[in-house]
Amino acid sequence: MTQPSIRANTILDCQGLACPMPIVRTKKAIESLIPGEVIEVQATDRGSLADIQSWAKKTGHHYLGTVEEGGGGMLKHFIRKAASSEEKQDLSYPHTTTADQLQKLQADAITKLVVLDVREPAEYAFEHIPGAVSIPLGELEHRMNQELDSNTAIHVVCRSGNRSDIACQMLSEAGFSKVHNVISGMSGWTGAVEGIRAKEGGRANHE
Amino acid sequence: MNDFTNQQIQAYKPMTPAELASIVMNKQELYILDVRNEEDYSDWRIEGHGITSANLPYFDLLDGVEPALELLPEQGDVLVVCAKEGSSIFVAERLAESGRSSITYLQGGMKAWSEHLEPVHIGKLQDGGDLYQFVRLGKGCLSYMVLSGGEAAVIDSLRMTVVYKQFAFSRGARITHTIDTHLHADHISGGRALAEETGATYYLPSKDADEVVFAYSPLEHRSELRVGSTDLAIQPIYSPGHTIGSTSLIIDGQYLISGDILFVESIGRPDLAGKSGYWAGHLRTTLYDTYAALPKKLIVLPAHFSKYTELGEGGKVAAKLGDLFESNPGLHFTDEDTFRKAVTEQLPPQPNDYERIRQVNMGKETLTQDEQRDMEIGPNRCAIHDN
Repeated sequence: MTQPSIRANTILDCQGLACPMPIVRTKKAIESLIPGEVIEVQATDRGSLADIQSWAKKTGHHYLGTVEEGGGGMLKHFIRKAASSEEKQDLSYPHTTTADQLQKLQADAITKLVVLDVREPAEYAFEHIPGAVSIPLGELEHRMNQELDSNTAIHVVCRSGNRSDIACQMLSEAGFSKVHNVISGMSGWTGAVEGIRAKEGGRANHE
Repeated sequence: MNDFTNQQIQAYKPMTPAELASIVMNKQELYILDVRNEEDYSDWRIEGHGITSANLPYFDLLDGVEPALELLPEQGDVLVVCAKEGSSIFVAERLAESGRSSITYLQGGMKAWSEHLEPVHIGKLQDGGDLYQFVRLGKGCLSYMVLSGGEAAVIDSLRMTVVYKQFAFSRGARITHTIDTHLHADHISGGRALAEETGATYYLPSKDADEVVFAYSPLEHRSELRVGSTDLAIQPIYSPGHTIGSTSLIIDGQYLISGDILFVESIGRPDLAGKSGYWAGHLRTTLYDTYAALPKKLIVLPAHFSKYTELGEGGKVAAKLGDLFESNPGLHFTDEDTFRKAVTEQLPPQPNDYERIRQVNMGKETLTQDEQRDMEIGPNRCAIHDN
């Protein structure tokens, strides 16, 4: 039952609170987050599990998943604040691959393809392409030279293709020559995945 | 703040599950604003002849109740409902603050509603006996109490055993028998607990008890049970199909307790233990041979109902066996193949947590009250037409 802890930007303690308070508090807390940041909501009211998903869906925030802590019945919900810039599909990095093409490339590749996942750690923890390297967009600048090879082909993914577009531009400017943006990102990915959700038997976000 | 100059803050009050039950059973009118999430609402909600309901999740009303005010009728009673009551109080308070009068909320929410039992008098038995049906409106479960000569038998008892104990006490009766017509899969049986608490004998069909880990008395075909000092008999009739042990009871030659074999508007499903193919044949024999040979004047009293339209006069769920052979679609599958298809294909989803509920009823798993409550949330779904 040991789950590696999932990094979030802020933690909200709603333990012992009954509905509607977990959602009321989450709504208030998320207002002070920067778009794209992740909140961890700790709740003991089981009703919060379905409600927080419905609420997130309606408000446009991105429900990442929930982990259950040991025997104490504590639920940790992870939500990423909606980023308005992500809604616009205004991509500027020219070298793109679709998720389906990437899947085919992976299947045909003799050596392992480098897939770089630039989403937040919590998003990665719940679901990612097997073998993908996790470097959140906000940390890419500091980590790229140490962790990535500028001569290798790199396929960059995020949720929808927008953060990866920015990441591709950053990498390209830094001299990485074979970088591809995977347009539609994880939302278009139909191949195998790893992570907490995969372990739970492929349970979907919205059952 | 000026909003309040011409808008008076109204009071809002709790409504108990018993008050709501009386409205539903007497077919009175009520507007229900259900503030649970859409999935829960579409899965299971309060229904009745006079009930109008709408769903607007509380988390859509955090910025203001205007969307609700637009939806509600201009006047008349409104009951706000949620899972436990917290969110309905939250919404009711804001509706009252906005000036809407006649606002109530359901005390204890759907959890309490799911546990409420409403006793209905079914009829008199010989020598001053009485038969009562306990209607669990929130889940569609029906249990029964036979009262005679200071003794009581409880049939298909639910886990809210205190209700039966209080009722028997108020009638000056001692509970001597608790009987389960079959091993239930949709709710946790109270039969064994009630027997332990009252010193009664717990009866269960032995063919359903293969795996049970506690002592019980077998409910045997034609081995009569007697309640009270009179000749009042409970006659078990072996009637497999919903489960392999399912046993019906003829009470006082007047009533047929049909368990989950025959309902008012449907018939039982044979698939809740994963043996639908095997049990479909038994179900057909029970309905089309065994039941067909019983006196048509018997009043059928099932263990469940699925739609509020099955609630008859005063809220009771009952029908003459002869009438059901006319009107019940489950008794009109002419050939065996059509019948088999109807009871094995395109069945409604299974009851929530049905496999674990069976484990609990076999005594293999012990749960806290809260866990039991959570596990039973949702409709019973024991009939083939529960879609």
